[in-house]
Amino acid sequence: MAAHRCNIFMLVFVLCGLTYVFVRADIEDTNHVKDAESVAVDIAPKANIGASLRSTKTEDQTQAAEEERQWEAETNPADAPSDNKADHVHDTMQNLDSRPAPYAKDQTQEAAEEERQWEATEVKEADRVPDTMQTPDVPPLTPAKDQFQEELVIRPLHSGDIYASFQFRTMWDTDFLRGSKVSHYRLFPKSLGQVISKFSVRELHISFTQGYWRTMQWGQPFLPSPPGAELWVWFQDTVTDVDGAWKELTNVLSGIFCASLNFIDSTNTVQPSASFKPLGLGNVTDQRFLRYAVLPREIVCTENLTPWKKLLPCGSKAGLAVLMKSEKLFHSSFHSQALHFRPVCQDWKCKSTVWELRQTLNVVFDLHTSGQGKREWSLFKMFSRTVTEACPLASSSKVYVDVTDNPQGELFELSPTTPLLSQAVVLGDRRTYSVYDLTNQATFGQTRSLNMLLRWRAAESGDMLRPLLHGERYVAGYGLQTGEIHTLMYNNHPYRAFPVLLLDTVPWYLRLYIHTLTVTSKGRDNKPSYIHYQPSKDRLRPHLLEMLVQLPPNSVTEVTMQFERALLKWTEYTPDPNHGFYVGSSVISALVPSVVAMDTNSTRECPLFSSFFPCKEESSYFMRVYTEPLLVNLPTPDFSMPYNVICLTCTVVAVGYGSLYNLLTRTFQVEEPSPGLAKRLANIIRRLRGVPLL
Amino acid sequence: MAAPLTLLLIVAVTIRAVLFRSSLAELIPERVEVVSPLNAWKRVVEGLALLDLGVSPYAGDVFHEVSPLSIPLNESNPSIHPSIMADALTAVALYLAVKDYNKTVFRKQKYALEAERYPLDCLELIRTPKEMYYIPLKVAMFYLLNPFTILSCVAKSTCGLNNAVIALFILCTVKGSSLMSAIFLALATYQSIYPLTLFAPALLYLLQRLYIPVNWQRSSFWLFTTQYTFMYLGSLCVMVCLSFFLLSSWDFLSSVYGFILSVPDLTPNIGLFWYFFAEMFEHFRLFFICVFQINVFFYTIPLSIKLKEHPIFLIFMQIAIISIFKSYPTVGDIALYMAFLPAWNHLYRFLRNIFLVSVVLLACSALFPVLWHLWIYAGSANSNFYYAITLLFNVAQILLVSDYFYAYLRREHHLTHGLYLKRKDGSEATLVLK
Repeated sequence: MAAHRCNIFMLVFVLCGLTYVFVRADIEDTNHVKDAESVAVDIAPKANIGASLRSTKTEDQTQAAEEERQWEAETNPADAPSDNKADHVHDTMQNLDSRPAPYAKDQTQEAAEEERQWEATEVKEADRVPDTMQTPDVPPLTPAKDQFQEELVIRPLHSGDIYASFQFRTMWDTDFLRGSKVSHYRLFPKSLGQVISKFSVRELHISFTQGYWRTMQWGQPFLPSPPGAELWVWFQDTVTDVDGAWKELTNVLSGIFCASLNFIDSTNTVQPSASFKPLGLGNVTDQRFLRYAVLPREIVCTENLTPWKKLLPCGSKAGLAVLMKSEKLFHSSFHSQALHFRPVCQDWKCKSTVWELRQTLNVVFDLHTSGQGKREWSLFKMFSRTVTEACPLASSSKVYVDVTDNPQGELFELSPTTPLLSQAVVLGDRRTYSVYDLTNQATFGQTRSLNMLLRWRAAESGDMLRPLLHGERYVAGYGLQTGEIHTLMYNNHPYRAFPVLLLDTVPWYLRLYIHTLTVTSKGRDNKPSYIHYQPSKDRLRPHLLEMLVQLPPNSVTEVTMQFERALLKWTEYTPDPNHGFYVGSSVISALVPSVVAMDTNSTRECPLFSSFFPCKEESSYFMRVYTEPLLVNLPTPDFSMPYNVICLTCTVVAVGYGSLYNLLTRTFQVEEPSPGLAKRLANIIRRLRGVPLL
Repeated sequence: MAAPLTLLLIVAVTIRAVLFRSSLAELIPERVEVVSPLNAWKRVVEGLALLDLGVSPYAGDVFHEVSPLSIPLNESNPSIHPSIMADALTAVALYLAVKDYNKTVFRKQKYALEAERYPLDCLELIRTPKEMYYIPLKVAMFYLLNPFTILSCVAKSTCGLNNAVIALFILCTVKGSSLMSAIFLALATYQSIYPLTLFAPALLYLLQRLYIPVNWQRSSFWLFTTQYTFMYLGSLCVMVCLSFFLLSSWDFLSSVYGFILSVPDLTPNIGLFWYFFAEMFEHFRLFFICVFQINVFFYTIPLSIKLKEHPIFLIFMQIAIISIFKSYPTVGDIALYMAFLPAWNHLYRFLRNIFLVSVVLLACSALFPVLWHLWIYAGSANSNFYYAITLLFNVAQILLVSDYFYAYLRREHHLTHGLYLKRKDGSEATLVLK
């Protein structure tokens, strides 16, 4: 009975405790709501600034829009001499530069007019200059030292999937590296800024990817990334202990992004000599200050997305980031979120540099299979949200829809229609986009929300342009002793050969044999013109192989290399050893010959997605392709019997020791029969008595 | 005697040449029993490839040879591979060494007989010239036609080279050339630390040859010991410095000797180290590495004391212990000490379990590839199967060596105390170790 009573008391106590916990949680919840409200109030003044910016711009934009339409109507643009054009552009740019910074309304008007004029000449030469601007933004005029842009690109893929790419850019003209600390943050995330100034980071690129980008079905992504987590950092040349800084930085980033970046250590870090040059400004290309690491096993999920969203000026409360609902984003074929920090030119002359923070999120929705046979999509269907406003802090906020394959509207139907069209050269291809400017209230229409709807008319979409460069990788061989890594690189260009840089990072437990390296294309040996090989050290550093290979036109180049699988210590295996070990993607970097002229001016206003990799020459563009990561099985010991093995081996050693010890310490003697028990007892008694023994 | 040896050499070279051209030539170099990370030919080629790329071969963890020896090995002469020549050289050196040693043994026996030092009933233990005549040839045959040697040779393992150096060292020691003996011993030590333990038997043999008694009070003993030590250490220094000047870095020290001593590569082999250290608890690792490595060197001093009158048998014992307890053993190492077995065939009557041991060794040799296949390729067995066989194989080797040691000691005992021992009461006695 006593026990029963005791139980009842316990129950009452537990119930009381639970009630208390719930009440507390409720109170805290209301507090949260209050917090959110206060943030919203905070944002309001900033929104005012944005609104004032917008008001100066709206009228220009409508005019520009008219011009755009006009341009579309024009079929045979006049051909002007190129030097004239260049001069003109130059003049305009100079004008733009020499313009005083103060924010006078008449000057703004004037500038806008000039820009428009310049754009008009551009439009006339649309054939020569592939890039056409849509509504001019006014970066040089912004009085603030930082600015923020956001955009979303939606591209219907030929496979029936939808590719959505978010890009957010924060630019800030500040000096992170001066002795005095940067303490006033407006748009730039403070958590990241502090890290950058503490570790003297010059460039930081980090990406988290779930799924593999299928180049042959989907074409090229705007920003490539390997499956898992990738991190590469250029440190300032003032850093003395780069390894120490790298170690700390990875741990800090691991905390910021809730990712396992703390597993980056010397065994998966390399210093590529040529593949990862700085993407921003700066002439330091000494690889000592570069660190590159990939964690192919990293799983990306909500806990990585939330901190990533928090770095945005508007968080996920306004602007395009509202669409990022994790339950939808992660219910997709491919998800990749990245963050790129680098110094870029402030203006065309590149007299001063600003820091650019680019946050990108790429996602491929498999609507075709999940849409119950209907091929149509809308923003709401994809994200279960619609856009209602731009981020008030953003200087530009746009949604682009790729309509290149649909010039006459015969393939699909896009609604609501937009008057704005834009052309951009992306990855050697001229694409046409419908543009929705979110800073323009008219975009949202009567419903105060933008929900684009795309409905296919044709059952199947046309042929896709095959990507010019494409890579594949697999492991050949059977058994757990040896194997062979095959990397295939496809050059689909019909008549141009181009060189590619192949970077392979292989963990130490797959012992590569460099003498088995073969590179063949079209059945012939293709000797790489440059090989940088750093062999691995057991438990210390991975293999690094970089080589420059010329890919003949319209060919497949196969790189093979044999390896041996090592048996590890039992504590070095992952918790699921028979799942296998991941080997990070190979990286193929190339300057691919372009059919259309590329835009070499990186500071000109163009859509964010087309301006990530700096372009040095017009005739080619930079491209990076990641191959599949590999999953390799290693031989495993029996994890359940360390004690048995220690005992048995020690026994064998003891047998050896014992038998030799016996022979070494003893001598041969004639065996005397041992007397019986009675006799021995009698002898003991006799010895005690001092009587001679028997 | 030269004709049978030539014939043997021709047969051995033919077998190897045929195997080199067969499909087995690709299979054998992959066998973990035949090649270890230390002596795989693939790794030598890899080291040379790294050198071609302008990377130090010791920058990675693939190449663990000392450089000056392996670099000339570059396949300039594909018709007859250096490993075949090394095998032939080893066989000839062993042949000459055993021949010379037998002469010494016979001479000693003659003096002892003349001095009537042997008991009368020991006549049947006396070795006759007739039985001793074919021993050198048998030794060469045991080495050349041993499947272990053939496998090792076809795998182009540099183990054959190590064996050749040790065989030359034995030959020089037996011939009494102390300088050459010291140089070859230094060379063997330089290749793989362990032959260091052969220093004691060589010194004992050379002292015996010069009729210098092992006596701490005698200055002549100390003089010769110092002389030999200096020759050994001097040539070792020269070789190490040569390695240094060839690549002008000391990386090879950690990459060769550090690799041998700290056992970082746990690739399965026929030894005791790999699975033990794969399953070892991390904080006991250093302790057990020390214990296992000391174990190899530990027996030198007690064995030298026990066998100070019989340095050649001591050499055999040391080589056997090294090949059992070294960190990366291969079948090539076993072949070297097995070549000496015909030299001790007069011990046959005292061996206790030679049948059992040879059956176990044969069975294990057959089971190695089977269980390897089951574990690595078929996936139907696990590592424990292969490990069990390595344990059994090593137990058999230990029994074989200790059996020969027992037999040798027993024969010596009989030679002083008579073969048919009697108890006090006159009945037939049995010998026991006490």
